[in-house]
Parts: sequence; structure tokens; C-alpha cells
Amino acid sequence: MSHRAIVIRWGLAGLAVATAAVAAQAQPTAPAATPVKLGIVSFLTGPAASPFGIPGRNGAEIVIEALNAGKAPAPFNTVGFAGSKVEAKYVDEAGSAANVVTEFRNLVQRDQVDAVIGYVSSGSCLAVTPVAEELKALTVFYDCGTPRIFEEKARNYVFRVSPHATMDNVAAARYLLAKKKNVTSYSGINQNYAWGQDSWRDFVGAMKVLAPKVTVDKVLFPKLFAGEYGAEVSTLLTSKSQALHTSFYDGDLEGFIYQEQARGLDKRMTIIMTAGEAAIWRLRDKLPDGTIIGARGANGPLARDTEINKWFQKVYTDRYNVPPTYTAYQMAQSLLGLKLAYEKAAKAGGKPNADAIAAAFKGIEYEGPAGQVKMVLGDGHQGITETAYGTYRFNKQKKEPEIVDIVRYPAECVNPPAGIDADKWIAEGMKGAKCN
Amino acid sequence: MGGRGQLAGGLMFLFAAAAAPLLPDWVVSLVTIAFANALVVLGLVVLWRAGLVSFGQALYYCIGAYAVSLTARWTGFTDAFALVLIGGVAAGLMAVLIGFLLARYREIFFAMLSLALSMILYGVLVKSESLGSTDGFSVATPTFLGYAPHRDALGLALYWLTLGVDAIGAVLVGVYFRSVAGALAAPIRDNEIRVEFLGVSVTSIIHIKVVVAGILGGLGGALAALAIGHVDPNMAYWTTSGGFVFVTILAGAGSVAAAFVGSLVFEAVRSFAFDVMPQLWQMTLGSVLLLTILFLPDGLGSLVARLKRRREAKS
Amino acid sequence: MLTASAILTDGLVYAAYLFIVAIGLTLIFGVMKILNVAHGSFYAFGAYGAATAVGIYTNADWPAAIGFLLMLAMGMAIGLVLGIILERGILRLVYGKDEVIIVLVTYATFLILEDVIVLIWGPQSYAAYQPMVSAGNIEIGELVLSNYDIVLVAIAALLAGLAYWALKFTRYGRLLTTVIFDRETAAAFGVNVTLVYTVTFVIGAMLGALGGAVMAPKIAVTLGIGVEVIVLAFAVVAIGGMGSIEGALVGALIVGICRAAAVHLVPQIELFVIYGVMALVLVVRPYGLFVRAQPRKI
Repeated sequence: MSHRAIVIRWGLAGLAVATAAVAAQAQPTAPAATPVKLGIVSFLTGPAASPFGIPGRNGAEIVIEALNAGKAPAPFNTVGFAGSKVEAKYVDEAGSAANVVTEFRNLVQRDQVDAVIGYVSSGSCLAVTPVAEELKALTVFYDCGTPRIFEEKARNYVFRVSPHATMDNVAAARYLLAKKKNVTSYSGINQNYAWGQDSWRDFVGAMKVLAPKVTVDKVLFPKLFAGEYGAEVSTLLTSKSQALHTSFYDGDLEGFIYQEQARGLDKRMTIIMTAGEAAIWRLRDKLPDGTIIGARGANGPLARDTEINKWFQKVYTDRYNVPPTYTAYQMAQSLLGLKLAYEKAAKAGGKPNADAIAAAFKGIEYEGPAGQVKMVLGDGHQGITETAYGTYRFNKQKKEPEIVDIVRYPAECVNPPAGIDADKWIAEGMKGAKCN
Repeated sequence: MGGRGQLAGGLMFLFAAAAAPLLPDWVVSLVTIAFANALVVLGLVVLWRAGLVSFGQALYYCIGAYAVSLTARWTGFTDAFALVLIGGVAAGLMAVLIGFLLARYREIFFAMLSLALSMILYGVLVKSESLGSTDGFSVATPTFLGYAPHRDALGLALYWLTLGVDAIGAVLVGVYFRSVAGALAAPIRDNEIRVEFLGVSVTSIIHIKVVVAGILGGLGGALAALAIGHVDPNMAYWTTSGGFVFVTILAGAGSVAAAFVGSLVFEAVRSFAFDVMPQLWQMTLGSVLLLTILFLPDGLGSLVARLKRRREAKS
Repeated sequence: MLTASAILTDGLVYAAYLFIVAIGLTLIFGVMKILNVAHGSFYAFGAYGAATAVGIYTNADWPAAIGFLLMLAMGMAIGLVLGIILERGILRLVYGKDEVIIVLVTYATFLILEDVIVLIWGPQSYAAYQPMVSAGNIEIGELVLSNYDIVLVAIAALLAGLAYWALKFTRYGRLLTTVIFDRETAAAFGVNVTLVYTVTFVIGAMLGALGGAVMAPKIAVTLGIGVEVIVLAFAVVAIGGMGSIEGALVGALIVGICRAAAVHLVPQIELFVIYGVMALVLVVRPYGLFVRAQPRKI
């Protein structure tokens, strides 16, 4: 958006407040071939910016550019969304729930975006959901992991292409048990906030179902962004368990890895990182070989070697000089899904409205860089995909991180079937999981 | 504030109420949140007049908000008027308890202890997985004495509710400022021992101020919870408190009205910075605060006073 | 027994971290009566500076010891520059205003500096682990200790000793003590209070940046690390008594040991152990452990 437009808009807003003039009506009405406006929200500042927010934003930027140029591979090779160029507005997710909701309203009501894609924090997603429903604003969450969004209530205008976090921990348990047959006890270190607590609960639940005899030893919940993990590492050093589960990510993950490596913890137990992939390009040879790595889906090096994945890897790496990590994948998947839904709705002629796009979005299936998405949960609003886990190795010849020994888990193996809450599904023994 | 000031304030409130249906929706919701926060700021003004600053006012804000959402969640009771009242009362009760401890402290120690208390609440909430931990949970859509509006109408109803609570709060605080206990604020700030020599218990006066500020904080939190539709432990985090103190300085402690104007200006500046410079909004806010302190040491409120003085000098 | 010794060593390491972070804050408060929120920025700038220095020396393939010294020097240099700019450029303008107003000035500065970091270093995070990894570790019985942590404890002890010596036995230290005791009387006796302020603030800034620099190898240097540190340092200083160096030391030890004990014995309460200790101490000793009661002015 140009500076002038901003000045004008805020001028108008000021005028509106001051004189109670009907300034909002002064906004020009949309002619037929107007661009499709998207609001893209992710962390641009703060600790979550570097690991999640910025790769997500970059993923959006590069995909939108390619779409507008009509250069994405088929079936995404039409220009923009159904021939209309896509215009993105990037907004910071930082701040309180009040800020996040206010900025969401601003995008929808002030900027009149056609859809919002975004949100890393589950708190943001939960806060935005009721507002999106109330405003009938089409919203696609790209990274947040809480299953609560579609389990609490049926939603009409909110979608999430990326699978929820349950699958990460169920697959982690399956991989651990398949690869480390001698595990008799395990410990966990997770951040003391919703993400860490949920991850640990799901992992323990899945382990109980899959290997009831394996016991839990140390359970640690350091404060978010604690920075110093001396006492935690000592506690784990005194533990006899053979595996350590962690849902740590970037900043905390790196700090923890440096500190535990200095004291050789990884020589005593295998570390399972459910979100470790986001850090491999930065940790490189500092990440211990043999660490079990997840990427919140078949993203990054865990993605299948398909045409569209190769394309995405290439355009992203060429532009940003670092391979895309999983938030970039999730953003790309979300954008492409929205594009398909939009185009399906646009077939009826004219610019589709939120209701039409939402109706078209429900239950679609398509293939993106991270594989096949099936929108089957939450009445067609929540996607599931296959996932994969692998073992980390730093390739000293190529001087590049590698993930080897990759095991893929079909979507139906690690996700609850439609209609059952994730917690309940795990607690009741993960019935109906199809793993072959 | 004299009689004329009250009249002007009243007219402004009526005007703000009447203008709402003509404003774009996003402005209405922005102003609603700004005016809900203004109540917390008003509480800080009450304290600041006695030279006290709380870096933990988010404690009451958060309690008010959680009281509203938990009541609605557990009992299914959604009447906005009652919920807001419950939020205020819950925070007020907490303030009565905390006041016994806090009223003995002054200056930076008062600020630090209130900060510690709000951080403890934050920790407890983060720890409580049954309350949604850091994710928090949503607040039920409120009803108004049986009337259940949606979308635009809901936004307006909440706006008017906020405005109404603000008006009552403003009038009562105005009355309090003119009462003996309120008038003793400045002397306490200057030299509390002299006030004690008057035979007045400074501790109990400060205790009352803590409670007043707590109730206002709770009401603000309750309204904000309804307006946002979501509560989370971040509402108790120290940066939230920092934001409120920020607005207090921006507004100045000069008048009741300044709290509302300051809160509105802050929300507008923040939203504007988010819009125009998504990666540099902190710098924008920091600069505004710094420039205010340097060039408008008594806050935005002092602008009005300055104009008045100039007009008086002319005539 | 194992747990007890682990609690002690972990507590000591954590206390060292807290003390290094808090000493600059308490010094500035003791002399200038300024609760410096921008201390978090000093910490962050120090850490970023150290990360830059580590980047330089790993590319140049110098020995680790030189890298470590370069890291400290870079952190302190950044603290020096930042301290001078802030004190001369901003704080000078608001001396004499209400304490709380000055807190807000430092808060505003902190907000601005957060984004200055983005402008200088960008939003990505940096790694500076080399000094810690090359330091290696030693095994004492079951426990494995990082040598870098031992260095950290040594640095904290050195700082504490240095501060004690400087305050008690140097000319500047005695001047400082008089200013801490009574600013006006000191000024009346010809102490150049303005200069003392500048020097103190700059030293405080350098200590804050040093804290960031020595911690940089242990953490990921990323946006927002300053915010976490501020409240932690506040808590330590409030427990020990605002402005008291020995208070900061004792406060850091108390918090460090309590936190380590919590992690080993009852990990559930780790999250609020620091604030719990702080509230408890303030209830019993409203002005912290090491502050004498202020005379009330009538």
C-alpha cells in the first residue's frame, strides 16, 4: 500500500472520529478486475520472529510472487488467484491478544482484505477464531498447532491446512519405539506454556498406548525463553532414561543444545525433537548425530521429492540463501490451498465472496510441497497430511545437515478420525489408526 | 475539574456515544478497547496523584477478565452488565487483600512488589492447563438484559456499555478526587509525615487508593475481555502493566478526561505504527513516550490546561 | 547426596549468571536512584556484539582464548558507547524528575533500542557457541560440568571482588560511596556529581553488556532476550536491596539455589519460584535484605 493511501486512510479515520462523518463510505468501491487482497500475519518482531515468523513471511512472499507471475508449477500455474493479482499486507503478530484481535479487525474491516492467512501462536489462533466467525472473514491458520480450534465448536470461515500438533507427538512415539527397542524409560523437557504442555501430554499418552511398560522418569517444564538450563541438564544427567522428548524450538532449542552438548547429555540419551527441523540449518554440526527430528509434518528435508517440492525448495533457497523450514512449507501449503478454493469458487463467475470460498474450501484435497493435504477433520476445515520422522546426521563430506532413516506415517495413522477429539482418541488407545 | 469541565466532559461522552453508529466498525472496536483500558489508566492516575506507580496493574486487569470469562464458562451466565460488575468486584476483593501488604510500600518498592504479585498470577495461570495455560480461552458472546446482538450491533452494544461504565467511573473518581481522602493525595506525595500529623492514617488512605485502582483495573479487564472475546495469561504479564503506565504518563495525571484521551491516542498510535511500520512499531511507541516526557512533562492533559491559560491571558 | 551437590553446583552457576546480569543494575540504582529498564537492552546489545565477535574470530581461525577475550571486549565496547550516548543524550535531560518518570524514560529507550537491534542485526538469530564448546567439560563423579560454567562462576566472583575493592579502596569508589550516602552533601563538599553519574552509568552499561557477552555462547542470540533479563535482574536486586552490591550477590545466590532446588525436587513450581522468593523477602524486609532503613524527612 502506498504511503499516500495510508495517509489518506488515517486522515479519513481521524476525520471520521472528529466529525462523525460517514468517512468509511468514501472508500472506493471495487471494480471488476481488482486484485485479491490478503492479510499475512506472523511474528515480525520478538523471539518467535527468526525461527517461525520470518520463514513464514518469506514463504508467503516467494509463493505470491510466483503466483502473480504465473510461474508456479501446475496445477497452480494460473496467474494470481483466478487471474487476479494477489496483494499481500504483512502484519506483526506480536503483542497481547487484544492487539492481535484489533489488528485482525483492522485487516478485515479497514483494509477489507479478502482473506487472512497467518498466526504462529495457538493463543493468537484461539483469540482470532471467534472474531473471524463473527465477521464472516475467511481465515487460514498456517502454523499454530492446538487441536482445540475445531474441536470446541464447528467453524464456518476458519480453516487450517496444516495438521494439528497431535500428529507430531504420536509419530514421535512410534518412531522412537521402532528405532530404539531398548527404551525402558524416558524423560521430557518442554517449555512451560500451552505448546510444551500439550506436546508432552500427547507424547506420554501415545507412549502409554504403544508401550505401556515404558516408564516416565524426569518431567521438566522450564519457563519459556529461560535461556539458562544448567539445573535441567544436571537433573537429566542424573536420570537413567534412554530417551528425552522435547518440543523446544529455535532460541530455547539452540540454547539447550549448546548447554547439554557442553556436558555430554546427548551421549547418554537419544533426544527426540518434535520441532527440531526449524533449527538444523543453523545448528549444523552442533546438533548431535542420532537425534530424532520431526518437522511438524513432511516438511523440509522430510518432504517427498516431488516436482512441486523441488520447485519450492529452489525458489526459496535462491532468494533467501537458506532452505525453507517447516513454517515456510506450512505457509506455502496454506496459500496454495486457498488459491485452489478461491479458483473453485470463482468458476461461478465474478469475484467470489467469503461464503463461496469457504464452501469451496471445505473438504478439498490437493498436493503441495509438503505432500497430499486432505481437509477431513473439523467438518472439512482441518487438514491432515502424512508425517515423517528421521534421524539427524551432519554430512561431513558435503558439510550439510542430513536426515536419514526416514519413516513415513500415513495421515490416518497419526491423526484422529473425524469426529473424535485428539485427547480422547489418544486416551482411548488410538483406535482406528491405519498405519499401512 | 470545575463545573464547566464536567459539562464539557459530559458533552464529550454524549457526543462519543451518538457518533458511534456513523463510525467504521474497526474504529468502534479500537475505541472500545481503548476506553476499556482507559479505566485501568484512571486507576493508575488515582495512585499516581499520591506519588505511587504500580508496575503490576495488569494483575487486576487480568483478574477482571478471567472473572468474566470463567463466570460465563462455568455458569453459562452471559449478561454483560452483571459480568462487568463481577469482574470489578473480583479485582476489588483481590485489591483489598493485597492492599494490606502493598499499602506499606512507597516509590519504586511499591512498583516492584506489585510487579512481583502480577508475575505470580501470570505463573499460576500459565501453570493451569485446565484454564488453557498460555492459550487462554474464549469469552462467551455477552447478552444485554436478554438482548443478544451480533456483529455490528454487538460491537455497538459493547461500545456503549464501555462508554457507560467509563462515565460512571469518571464521575465517581471525580467525586473521590474532591473528597478529603482524594484531596490528600498531593500532600501524601509531598510529605506523608505531615499528613500523619494531621491525624490521618496514610496507610489506610493508600489502601483505599489501591482498592479503587484495583476495581477500575478489574472493570477495564472485564470490558476488554468482552470486547476482545478472549483471555490469556499475557494480560497479567509485566509488559501489559508497562503499557498502562505508558498511557498514564502520556495522558498525565491532571484530569480524569486525560486518561481517556491518552488511551485513545495510544491505541491509535500503536495501530498506526503496526500498519505503517510493522517491524518498527516499538521504536515508534518508545519515541512517542520519550518525546512526551521531554516536551509535555505533564502529559496530553496539560495541553488543554496550557490552551486555557493562554486564553485567560488574552482576555 | 548426588542431588544435593547437583543443586549446589547448578545453583552456583545460575547465581553467577544472575549476579553478572544484576550488578550493573544495582550499581546504577545505588548511585543514581534510576531503575534502569534499558539494562535489558545493554544485555541484548552485549550478546549481539559478542555473537558478531565470535563470528569474526571463527572466520579468522584464531585460538579460542583470543576469541573469548575479543568477545568480552566487544561486549564492553558496545556497552561503553551505548552508555555514553544514553546518559549524555537522554538521561541528562531528565535528571531531577520523579524517579518513576525516569524509569519510564529508560522504558522508552528500551523500546527504541529493541528495534535498533532489528535495524543493525536484522530479525534473524545468531549463534556464538564456539567458546563454550571449545572449553570442554570435566566429570566429577556422576555429574558432568561445563568448564565454561566454571569460568562464568569465576567471572562473577571476580566482579564481586573487584566491585568490593573498587568501592572500598579506590578514590573513585569512596567518592561513589559519598554520593550513594547523600548526594547533596557530597556535591556541597565539591564532588563532581555530574561526572560521577556519567561514569557510573557507563560502568553499569558496560557490566550489563558484559553479562550479555558472557551469556551469548550459552544461548541463541535472538530478539527479545532483553525482556526476559530485565525482570529477572529486578527480582534479584529487589531481594538483595536496591543499590546494594552485596545484596545483589546474596540475592543471586538465594534465587540461584532456590531455583536449582525447585528444578531437581519440585519442577512444577520452577516458574514462580523467583517471584515467590521476591514477594516473600519483600513481605519480611520491605526494602530488601541489605538496605538500611531510610530516615524519613519531615
